[in-house]
Amino acid sequence: MLGDGALYGVLAEYDTPGELIEAARKVRDAGYTEFDCFSPFPVHGIDEAMGIKRTILPLLIFGGGFAGLLGGILLQWWTNAYNWPWNIAGKPEWSIPANVPIAFETTILLSVLTAFFGMWMLNKLPQVWHPFFRLERFGRVTDDAFLLGIEARDRRFDSVATTQLLKDAGAIAVENCHLDPDPASRTMPGWITAFIVSSTAFALIPFAIAAKARNSHSSEPHIHVFPDMDFQPKYKADAASDLFPDGRANRGQLAETVARGSLNADDTFYRGIEGGKWTEGFPKQLEISEQLVRRGQIRYNIYCAPCHGYDGRGSGPVPQRVAAGGGAWDARNLVQAGGPVVKMPNGQLFNTISNGYNTMMGYAHQIPPADRWAIVLYTRALQRSQNAAVDDVPQEELGRMPMPQMQTPAAPAGAGSAAPAAPTGSAPAAPATPAPAPAAGSAAQPENK
Amino acid sequence: MATEPVIYEPGKAREAFRAVTRDVAWVAEAPKPHKAWLGALGVSMLMLAIGVYSIFVLLTTGIGVWGNSNTVGWAWDITNFVWWIGIGHAGTLISAVLYLTRQSWRVSINRAAEAMTIFAVMCAGLFPLLHTGRPWFAWWMLPHPNDMDMWPQFRSPLMWDVFAVSTYMTTSILFWYMGLVPDLATFRDRCAARGEKLKAIIYGALSLGWRGSARNWHRYERAYLILAGLATPLVFSVHSVVSFDFATSQLPGWHTTIFPPYFVAGAIFSGFAMVLTLLLPLRHLFNLKHIIKEEHIEAMCKILLATGMMVGLAYATEFFIAWYSGNLYEKFAFVNRAFGPFWWAYFAMVSCNVLIPQAFWFKMVRRNVVLIFILCIFVNIGMWFERFVIIATSLARSFLPATWSYFTPTIYDIGLFIGTLGLFGTLFLLFFRYVPVIAMSEVKGAMPEAHAGGPSKGGHH
Repeated sequence: MLGDGALYGVLAEYDTPGELIEAARKVRDAGYTEFDCFSPFPVHGIDEAMGIKRTILPLLIFGGGFAGLLGGILLQWWTNAYNWPWNIAGKPEWSIPANVPIAFETTILLSVLTAFFGMWMLNKLPQVWHPFFRLERFGRVTDDAFLLGIEARDRRFDSVATTQLLKDAGAIAVENCHLDPDPASRTMPGWITAFIVSSTAFALIPFAIAAKARNSHSSEPHIHVFPDMDFQPKYKADAASDLFPDGRANRGQLAETVARGSLNADDTFYRGIEGGKWTEGFPKQLEISEQLVRRGQIRYNIYCAPCHGYDGRGSGPVPQRVAAGGGAWDARNLVQAGGPVVKMPNGQLFNTISNGYNTMMGYAHQIPPADRWAIVLYTRALQRSQNAAVDDVPQEELGRMPMPQMQTPAAPAGAGSAAPAAPTGSAPAAPATPAPAPAAGSAAQPENK
Repeated sequence: MATEPVIYEPGKAREAFRAVTRDVAWVAEAPKPHKAWLGALGVSMLMLAIGVYSIFVLLTTGIGVWGNSNTVGWAWDITNFVWWIGIGHAGTLISAVLYLTRQSWRVSINRAAEAMTIFAVMCAGLFPLLHTGRPWFAWWMLPHPNDMDMWPQFRSPLMWDVFAVSTYMTTSILFWYMGLVPDLATFRDRCAARGEKLKAIIYGALSLGWRGSARNWHRYERAYLILAGLATPLVFSVHSVVSFDFATSQLPGWHTTIFPPYFVAGAIFSGFAMVLTLLLPLRHLFNLKHIIKEEHIEAMCKILLATGMMVGLAYATEFFIAWYSGNLYEKFAFVNRAFGPFWWAYFAMVSCNVLIPQAFWFKMVRRNVVLIFILCIFVNIGMWFERFVIIATSLARSFLPATWSYFTPTIYDIGLFIGTLGLFGTLFLLFFRYVPVIAMSEVKGAMPEAHAGGPSKGGHH
């Protein structure tokens, strides 16, 4: 089998690592360049003896690591600070300390990949064939053999002289190595090449599909590989269902039934009606107090003020925004002296809050009845305060007010003559509140700020 | 450690090298596997089957099958994640840090320790993946262009974890494989010499055509040194990042700056205990006592003692800071740890991690393999409890007493944990039988015979 093809080189065996080093030095001194030593472990000192130049691998790794560092920083900056800035708890969008760990890991990762693949690349491995593998002796190099091979292509190579040189260097055996006569044995088998090429091509298909999808438009719905988050097994409002005869997922209220806690039999409290008419007073279960006025103020400021304004004059933020947009719309002025809202019975005002009026929606689903009554009470106080005269202020409070600006507090409301009429307009509040003026006044004060 | 000049006798050095190859290859070449090995593999695969079933139930039903609740949202899943990844760290430490510090005794155990790292990281990775609830969307954690125009939030420690653990996994596999190549070439050549063609082709493909060329060795050693240099900061960063998952939160008991060094010390501690737990029986079973020597085991016991005391110092420091800070919540968290509803876990942790390893002060103990094996089992248990104590007790008693709760594992928590033990055992046993279990080329290079024959080069190592 051996000796069939051309001579590839000679292979000499030495007994110990030390002898291999000595032999390598002699071969190098003799001027050979195309030679190599083979050993089961890295023999220290042989690099120098053979004259191996230091590898450029560390430089490559440095480059890889630097690219990893740069790439890691760039990735984080581009995704989190530039392409889609994320506000996380008000922290700066780009702050190096939080990005150090990932930049560090990418640095290490790319250095490691460069070290691993760079080493094999520089070593020209993997290689599926080598002429020396044809020698039985070469099979022991991974066990206990220390070998030195000189290739025939070295310009100093001479079959006899080279063999003699190796023997003089202390070789225990020297043998010739011939190439396999079949050139096909010196190339990658065709099926391996085909496998590598085809699997690489297959691996690229998903990326090609993704790239195509990103650069084209489609009216088709998504492909749902895992549909569980897109299509959840549940019924939404007004959906169809086979479960019930009427085919609806919604279960309506059964006839002649009332849901627990939803009887709402008290007409005055729930609907503002007393004896078939709008109630003028307040439901008896409510205790009229400053506390309730304050509660009403809070609810009013949340639900009513956006349109009606904090002062009830109907120009809250929403109308202001309309005006800013070039339109003209005001909400109802709730406090206009002698206006419809001032004249409205308490029950009707309650009903308006509950069910809405014109374009105003009902708030029954958002504000519980007791709070709606609190808003009614506060609205009354607001009407009183917005139309108050100096006479309405108690004597002891009067001294604490900045008088020069107070000549006509009701002046902005329009007609000065309406001022005295205001208290009578909201008469229903009066019987329930023994001293409404101070209560209303103090309740209305905070919102003036 | 200076190498003694070796008296040169023809064939003597090669005889020594051959003996190493023979003894290591024997583990894989024995025609019939050892009965104990078969038994252990059977048990491991049974445990693995339990784990597969637990995962099946988990995926088809949901995270609700675990004992996790709104209060204790991280429990066994994260406990096991941190425990496994900590175990993995000893492998890198042995292969990289001890390499850089020229501790030549590492060559007898580094291959097995690195394999342990890879298998432990595989087990660890399962937990956060399953913990997400929909592991098939795990790729959302990787930055990729998508139709939601969303990118990962890189300022979150959980994202750091993704990068740290996957970098660690990649590095560990490449480092391990690179070290394996020359030894796989040994197996290839032995199979070829015996005429086992199929095996020779498989080992041949895996060994990439390695032929022990000095020019290749030169670059190989460079790459190995640099990889060791890269793996060293990496291993410290990985467990530091894992500890950031806790330390960057506001929770008393988690929110401490001591966590990174504390976690890394614990990782090394648990990892060395696991190395010993694995190697002591296998060394006995496969006649490797002359390669994995008593001195090596003793050195590992000393590392266990040192890291165990570091961990103990961390426990004490935590308590001191809780008192010294004057922070009500911090104080409560630690008093609760020791005397609260999980007192038994804390007690198990302190006795296994701090008290029991004190036995390693005595040489008598460090030379008694049976005793070492038992003590290491305790350390493994203790380190698991450490992770559990940190995670569960802190969550179960956070700021709001109304949310206080207790954690009880379900059978699926337990099943999955058993499953990872089975996965780890199965992989490790298969590795032991089919892959060069000891780094032959490194052992040979560290032998005094490696310097035989030339002009005396004593002292060079």
